[in-house]
Amino acid sequence: MRVLTQIGDWFDRRLQLAAPIRDVAEHPVPRNTASWWYVFGSAALTVFLLQLATGILLALIYVPSANEAWGSLQALNHDVALGWFVRAMHGWGSNFMVAIVLIHMVQVFLFGAHKFPRELTWILGVFLLLMTLGMAFSGQVLRFDQDAYWGLGIGASIASRVPIAGPVIVKLMLGGPIIAGATLSRFFALHVFVIPGMLIGFVALHLLMVVKLGINEWPMPGRLVRRTTYLNEYHDLTKKAGAPFVPYAIWKDLFFAAFVLLAVAACALYFGPFGPTGQPDPTIIQTVPKPDYFFLWLYALLSLLPPSLETPALLIGPVLVIIGLLLLPFLSGEGEKSWRRRPIAVLTVLLIAIILGTFTHLAGYMPWSPHMNAWSADPVPVQFLRGTTALERQGALVLQVKQCRNCHSLGELGGQRGPALDSVAVRLTQDQLIRQVIQGGGNMPAYGKNLTPAETTALVAFLETLHPRGQVPARDASRDLALSEDQAQRQSAQR
Amino acid sequence: MSDENKISRRGLFMKLGILFNGLVATALAVPIVRFLSSSVTKGRTGAYLSWVPLGRVNEFPVGETRLAMFRNPYVMPTDGKTVDTACWVRRIEGEQFQVFAVNCAHLGCPVRWFPQSGLFMCPCHGGAYYRDGSRASGPPERGLFEYPHKVENGLITIQAGELPTPGANVALLGTKPPCAS
Repeated sequence: MRVLTQIGDWFDRRLQLAAPIRDVAEHPVPRNTASWWYVFGSAALTVFLLQLATGILLALIYVPSANEAWGSLQALNHDVALGWFVRAMHGWGSNFMVAIVLIHMVQVFLFGAHKFPRELTWILGVFLLLMTLGMAFSGQVLRFDQDAYWGLGIGASIASRVPIAGPVIVKLMLGGPIIAGATLSRFFALHVFVIPGMLIGFVALHLLMVVKLGINEWPMPGRLVRRTTYLNEYHDLTKKAGAPFVPYAIWKDLFFAAFVLLAVAACALYFGPFGPTGQPDPTIIQTVPKPDYFFLWLYALLSLLPPSLETPALLIGPVLVIIGLLLLPFLSGEGEKSWRRRPIAVLTVLLIAIILGTFTHLAGYMPWSPHMNAWSADPVPVQFLRGTTALERQGALVLQVKQCRNCHSLGELGGQRGPALDSVAVRLTQDQLIRQVIQGGGNMPAYGKNLTPAETTALVAFLETLHPRGQVPARDASRDLALSEDQAQRQSAQR
Repeated sequence: MSDENKISRRGLFMKLGILFNGLVATALAVPIVRFLSSSVTKGRTGAYLSWVPLGRVNEFPVGETRLAMFRNPYVMPTDGKTVDTACWVRRIEGEQFQVFAVNCAHLGCPVRWFPQSGLFMCPCHGGAYYRDGSRASGPPERGLFEYPHKVENGLITIQAGELPTPGANVALLGTKPPCAS
């Protein structure tokens, strides 16, 4: 033991790090910050370290070449011992990191920790969030499969919409005229060197400020932050009534960090690695590209925005959000910290959570996309054909052959892009049905050029049978009137 | 003479040293910026676009739309399969053709041709196009991207080489190659 102490002393006489490390570890923190609410920052750091470790392990096998990346992922999954597990840890680690960073951010905001004097800590945190999302997207590209390939296409299509500079940005992003080898190489450089290097630097500054400015005290309703008095008040809370961070508060961070690592490992073991899906071969077009879960909300938003709003929303929206987040500590740098007295803050968080949650849920079943295989998969159910005339059955055939059910469901099978047809006859009269089929409109293509008059007549005859039992189909009352007048005239003429 | 206004010998050398480093950094920035922007400058010289054969005219039946493959003309050794590209070829009649990019004009997902309903449909956000490539419904703001094409000696050839994107290809739709007229 004495030898160990002597060795330690030998090093510390030269490094002189023991005293500053002890100062940092034992810096006093307000007693009530030793709470389970304060563990998410350290958990984010833990997962980041896990990502560094598993990322280096993956780089031992992975080849960042468009020709070989997919094969090297297959080798990791199937040939290298536990390669699948390291991939799964890295993939689930990224999901956990995005989630924990977001939770950390919400907690910091609701506890008023972004207020004076921690404005810069918050601003660095906003950049850390953006870099985390950048890592998530670039990591999805390195999993070089069909989703990655078409995901890059979506990224390029969005970037190309920037006025004037768009085409230049696309070529810089892709490293050439198309998505190819150079694209993967530059996303590899971003994911492995550029963004992690920036992340390490920003995390170090973020932590330095947490130590220098102190952990945010537990917010008490009615205890207001004022620039003139806050530093003295915080000094009293820590120096007079505080407790050393180690061991008073750190044990909860340690427990939660271990729990998060276990949770990542459990997900990795149980669910396994993500993909890769099919080969990144652009000639395979039978694919339905989808982003990873943290970008699903954006995927849904892109299909639901009106076309004219899309480009402005895509280009201006993120800029406004980032500027808003950066300005937040300056707009509300003082005053109430407790979420109990900040109803608008709580409502804002809830609103954003509900919006993101709803869009993510919608993207899960994509009601806007045609069912690409409805043609062969979903025959017209028998109950819609009982007691029909020959013409109506011919119409059912037209419905099947012209693939109407790619977009319309019948008997709860088929696409959800257009309205379900089960009771369409109640909503539209014969004339309206003919007009809708031939001219389209309301987001439906026009089929006038694609249907013969006979096919249209048969199809509309079938559609007119689609109404619930006991409910009469819609009819044009004026037409009845016109017909009856016509008959009356004919009768009087006969007399 | 007061010390405050005097420029010391060492102070002057330090400023000169900073200036010297600034000059060297500026000089080094030139090759670095040119290296980083090579993918843009190369495109300006027209190195990316060229005429690529798709196949013989009689491989495409009249009145039908078929998927055709071509190899992107600009290739790097690490590109692998990513340079293989698909496109939709519609033979209207005789030597009248339309060649569409598979990339949806909305966000670039691959559209599929459904001959029965006569529509191109996109699996991502539900964009749909008529057989002539014009927009039918959904989020796209325009029709499908068309490659300029020409028919020579029974061979159909298209001008390709760049990923069609909504921002870059505003001018591409409907342009004809100079030799087509």
